[in-house]
Amino acid sequence: MTNAFGFSRTSRRKLMSSLFVGFCALSVLLALMPLAFVLFFVVSQGIRALNFDFFTQMPKPVGEAGGGMANAIVGTLLVTSLGSLMAIPIGILSGVYMSEYAGTRFSSAVRFAADALNGVPSIVIGVFAYGIAVLPFKQFSALAGGVALGIMMIPIIARTTEELLLLVPSTMREGALALGSTRAGAVFRVVLPAALPGIITGIVLALARIAGETAPLLFTSFNNRFFTTSLRQPIATLTVQVYTYAISPYEDWHRQAWAGALVLVTIVLCCSLLARVAARRIEGLRGH
Amino acid sequence: MARRIRSGDFGFRLGTGVFAFALVLIVLAIGFELSRQSLISIQKFGLNFWRTSTWDPVAGEFGALPFIWGTLYSSILALVISTPVALGIAIFISELCPGWLKQPLVFLTELLAAIPSIVYGLWGIFVLVPAVRWLETSTPGVLRQTPMFSGPTLGVGMLAAGLILAIMVIPFTSSVAREVLKSVPLAQREGAYALGATRFEAIRAAVFFARTGIIGAVMLGFGRALGETMAVTMVIGNNPQISASLFAPQYTMPAVIANEFTEAADELYLSALVEIGLVLFIVTLVVNGLSRLLIWSMARPGKARVRVPTVPAQESAA
Repeated sequence: MTNAFGFSRTSRRKLMSSLFVGFCALSVLLALMPLAFVLFFVVSQGIRALNFDFFTQMPKPVGEAGGGMANAIVGTLLVTSLGSLMAIPIGILSGVYMSEYAGTRFSSAVRFAADALNGVPSIVIGVFAYGIAVLPFKQFSALAGGVALGIMMIPIIARTTEELLLLVPSTMREGALALGSTRAGAVFRVVLPAALPGIITGIVLALARIAGETAPLLFTSFNNRFFTTSLRQPIATLTVQVYTYAISPYEDWHRQAWAGALVLVTIVLCCSLLARVAARRIEGLRGH
Repeated sequence: MARRIRSGDFGFRLGTGVFAFALVLIVLAIGFELSRQSLISIQKFGLNFWRTSTWDPVAGEFGALPFIWGTLYSSILALVISTPVALGIAIFISELCPGWLKQPLVFLTELLAAIPSIVYGLWGIFVLVPAVRWLETSTPGVLRQTPMFSGPTLGVGMLAAGLILAIMVIPFTSSVAREVLKSVPLAQREGAYALGATRFEAIRAAVFFARTGIIGAVMLGFGRALGETMAVTMVIGNNPQISASLFAPQYTMPAVIANEFTEAADELYLSALVEIGLVLFIVTLVVNGLSRLLIWSMARPGKARVRVPTVPAQESAA
């Protein structure tokens, strides 16, 4: 069978199939290209501006060369720690609830809420945190930034905990219960420790994501030109500082912004690699 | 003895339940707080807020139409660019590529999601925007006459925003689409091959089988694009105008909140911005809810449950 183009039907179908496979392979390249470009520019531009001063010096006024982001680095550490302090207990315990009482209507509601919260744009979380943690005190503060980031972390930790607890073989829980343990004992002494490596991995990934957030901090922790560790004062963070520098017209500040971006990307890359190595180990647990 | 255990169990349920309740409470509180704070604006403007397009804080006139337009335009543009690529990646990883390549590719594509928005924005300002400007100036004159390609060639504008959003959305869509394809029974493909189908035909059948879930995956990406703030703010040009042109600088809902929130001096201005946030909250809730419903509907009895990764990069962890 040949058609007007001189192709047999079979070879036309084969050609179509090869074209399709080619398109799929091409789309992988298309997606990896921006990744390569972003990493290339961040590394090549960032490395030129990154030096020891970046970590130890304070920002210099416009026109003065040099300076660093010591205050912003401390700020990011402080605000993300505050966020985790709030999110880890709520996240883990609600994850425990969802997996322990998986069939109940309330646990479905919690799961639904967690997924909903995970999809809420970070800027909206920022507006909310402004309403509950800035307006009442009439003051931007590190604490408000921590609240915003904490809210973003909770659903990630809760869902990870739930999923990992469900992976733990039920024989372990049954064994604990058979030995006379209470439900709480079985969960906290047997099931949770078994799932802990995975949960910690999830927390590390959540931290990496949260440390790179800018939008929720713009009007909660705001920014600060000075060094502070006070929770009630506005505080500089790496991301907000990079933003401020990036949209400024000064060459020198642009360089600093690239250096900041390099630090952020390094944090994210390290966390992702760490999580991947840990995930390999957890695969063993899944195999049972 | 039995009673003591039971009361212990009740304490455990209550103890963990309180924290689970806190999670639900946060979502409700967001809705409540945003509504409360946008009350002044809602009462003053009513529906006109969403129908008019004058945004003049000095005169106290607030019309949010340009922001809605910009948000929808940029998100849909991002979907148009990202969907074929994201589906191509999902199909390549789940159906075509050799086993040893799978994990590295998953890791790399999901690294795209891990890079902070602000880094994309910085890259956008200094690398993507000049590239887009070059693209715009080299657009042939005939095309420049059409409304989609008219206007000044600034580089910053809708095209740059759409491109950067597309890059950011790809990992979300492709990771969910991959999970959805995984839930298509193997027998389905084997059947197609047994009937003499080519690779393309077999995969087309599998994709058709998984269509609900794939639409869900695309919608999930849409939800992400709607709320994306920093990268878009930095490249879209921040000009509240309604234009069909890809070259025109425009504005989005998250961008206007990010830019103007700390400057909003009077109550009405702040309230108007919060109202934009409220609508963004409701719209993303609905879009995400719908997409999850579609994805879950793939998980009817007999099929494996489709997992929606909380964070794409997390999939390799869990």
